[in-house]
Amino acid sequence: MPHRFTTLPSPARTFARTLAASVAITGLVATAACGSRAGEETAAAESCVDTSGDTIKVGALNSLSGTMSISETTVRDAIYLAVDEINAAGGVQGKEIEIVAEDGASEPTVFAEKAEKLIREDCVAAVFGGWTSASRKAMLPVFEDNDSLLYYPVQYEGLEASENIFYTGATTNQQIIPALDYLAETGVKSLYLVGSDYVFPRTANAIINAYAADKGIEILGEDYAQLGSVEFSTIVNQVSASGADAVFNTLNGDSNVAFFREYANVGLTAEEMPVMSVSIAEEEVGGIGVENIEGQLAAWNYYQTVESPANTTFVEAFKAEYGADRVTSDPMEAAYNSVYLWAATVEKAESFAVEDIQANADGVSFDSPEGTVVIDGDNHHVTKTARIGEISADGLLYTVWESEGPIEPDPFLEGYDWAADLTVTE
Amino acid sequence: MRNFFATRLGTWTGFAAAALVLFGLAPLVLSGFRLGLLAQFTCYAIVAVGIGLAWGRGGMLTLGQGVFFGMGAYLMAMHLKMADAEFRNGPGAVPDFMELAGIRELPAYWAPFSSPVFTIAAILVLPTAFAVVLGLAVFKRRVKGAYFAILSQALAGAFAILLIGQQSLGGFNGLSRFRYFFGYNLDDPVNQQMLYFIAAGVLLVVVAIALQLRRSRYGELLVAVRDAEERVRFLGYDAANIKVVAYATAALFASVAGAIFVPVVGIISPASIGIVPSIMFILGVAIGGRASLVGPVVGALAVAWAQTALSEQFPSAWTYAQGLLFILVIALLPGGIASVAALTKRFQRTPAPVEAAA
Repeated sequence: MPHRFTTLPSPARTFARTLAASVAITGLVATAACGSRAGEETAAAESCVDTSGDTIKVGALNSLSGTMSISETTVRDAIYLAVDEINAAGGVQGKEIEIVAEDGASEPTVFAEKAEKLIREDCVAAVFGGWTSASRKAMLPVFEDNDSLLYYPVQYEGLEASENIFYTGATTNQQIIPALDYLAETGVKSLYLVGSDYVFPRTANAIINAYAADKGIEILGEDYAQLGSVEFSTIVNQVSASGADAVFNTLNGDSNVAFFREYANVGLTAEEMPVMSVSIAEEEVGGIGVENIEGQLAAWNYYQTVESPANTTFVEAFKAEYGADRVTSDPMEAAYNSVYLWAATVEKAESFAVEDIQANADGVSFDSPEGTVVIDGDNHHVTKTARIGEISADGLLYTVWESEGPIEPDPFLEGYDWAADLTVTE
Repeated sequence: MRNFFATRLGTWTGFAAAALVLFGLAPLVLSGFRLGLLAQFTCYAIVAVGIGLAWGRGGMLTLGQGVFFGMGAYLMAMHLKMADAEFRNGPGAVPDFMELAGIRELPAYWAPFSSPVFTIAAILVLPTAFAVVLGLAVFKRRVKGAYFAILSQALAGAFAILLIGQQSLGGFNGLSRFRYFFGYNLDDPVNQQMLYFIAAGVLLVVVAIALQLRRSRYGELLVAVRDAEERVRFLGYDAANIKVVAYATAALFASVAGAIFVPVVGIISPASIGIVPSIMFILGVAIGGRASLVGPVVGALAVAWAQTALSEQFPSAWTYAQGLLFILVIALLPGGIASVAALTKRFQRTPAPVEAAA
């Protein structure tokens, strides 16, 4: 009998065949299933929002776990409060608002995933939430691709305007520039800049540098700390040695606690070298310790102590719902406003459809706790009153200066000649 | 069971069943959104196959696969941003995020990434070469065990910090807003499904490669190095070289997974590649069963799926549920999900095959 080759399974042959088969299947299926190419129109994503029932669904997307949860849960509380109030008053277009909550988990990729889930699976009419710029940048393509709406409630670095996002927090000309105007008015001739190392502080400091060059203010130093860094002896010593008239602080989160403790520790006071902060609100003061930060300045659009009938109602309702020891802050108020602004736009448009809301948004206003806010239909930001607050011994902030009426939003700083080199408008 | 899947027929059956589920069943029963999620999880599974090889078979507890995942992801993201800028503003255009960061000139190291061929080559070669160099430096000095684990984890942390400081790579926010994938619109559901098929196909290929490595003489050597490195050395083999191959293969898998992850998810930032995500990769492998072939795949998919499902059900308490699940699996199934079969055999009072004690 002639010799026969063995038919035992040769690993190499099995491997080669498996590999070839896998590649072939993938290639076949993938090429058979190709869609539109660049430049071609993609069929618009079909909205699945159900407006036939007695309820209308909206999404609340905040970080309920992870490092940002301590801040973002307060925003969630404010969103729920506004929804409850609107429902108690008869809802929107006669429909009760139903919240679908999701956890962004302090991770940009999770924010993108959950936003898509809210839009495509839950079919919500709008989403409220987001805090960090990273989370907003992650969500932006999701809302644009699926043609849905995000209401983003936190002050940010500007230089953005999306058809699918409404920005109810301050852009730079409603917070940072007024803060600089205030410092210049009080005779500050030199500044030291301290910030966390991410996009908001870097953009803010680019604006501050341009402003300072124009107004003859000297920048004596610019230091960045890693987000979450708590080692500030070097930076504070440099600040102290610089002899600057004031410090502009764009640190975020826990770093503020370490910074202000070190600042008080080396004997610097608000009288000799005031610190202007843009990320410290009522919530943060307790964590830092009032004794370390009393007398320092902050720039926002809203404080719990703002005197207006709308704010009295808001603060009372919030404390009644969540406890007398809770405080209200700027991002919470902006989130509260965002729900009311959405509802008012829906009432004006008499429709929940995205294109109707976009078309009717211009001029929609709300008598908010900070004063009347009006949506700008072009850039989807809102008018806001700038306020400089001083941190007092009771842990609250009190307004020491405010702008003459609400400031028009200018996210690309087109109205400021000295900012011309900063931005490339699209 | 085990014996059947060790035969050629068994291998074919296994792959055919997997292909049927991935290419046939999944697109049928899952909505577009869920299919996109599965594509994302599949990327984690591809990383997991590599870890199964390096850790499960080779004993190298690599806590820093985020580095290689991130390399592949950023290389792909750079190409997508370049292609996007060139499509809108012509050759040499600056990507949109750079304009916002005040960067007017395209940095020189970005320029080659306008070429798709260069990008794909870079995704395959750069992380692998880096792993080879790093592996030689570490394993030749006989660094192993906890020291290697700490080193690889520190590397992941350092890489994330390095990226946060790079404004020309998007800094803390990373890179996002990709519109086209090699000329195809990413907002088209058909193309999103295509991406899923690519991810699923790559997973099958990667599992096939891992299977081949396990069954080859090299695979035997790798296990031998894991269990008794000194003895293998006495037999005249260079244990370092054997380890480097597994480590570099794991790096290659992670890089390819990162490259697919970017168009699927639409964003890559330092938050997705640092220490925590690297540990999540390991966790999936540990839960699934690091020493088995499909254990890492099952574990990675299960962990990612559980995270999504739990957080959708209990938005404010899901982390506790997830933690409890991890404790239960590790405590009751030290060999991972893949050891369930062995466990049932034990209850039937037949001796379970002893596989891969660590």
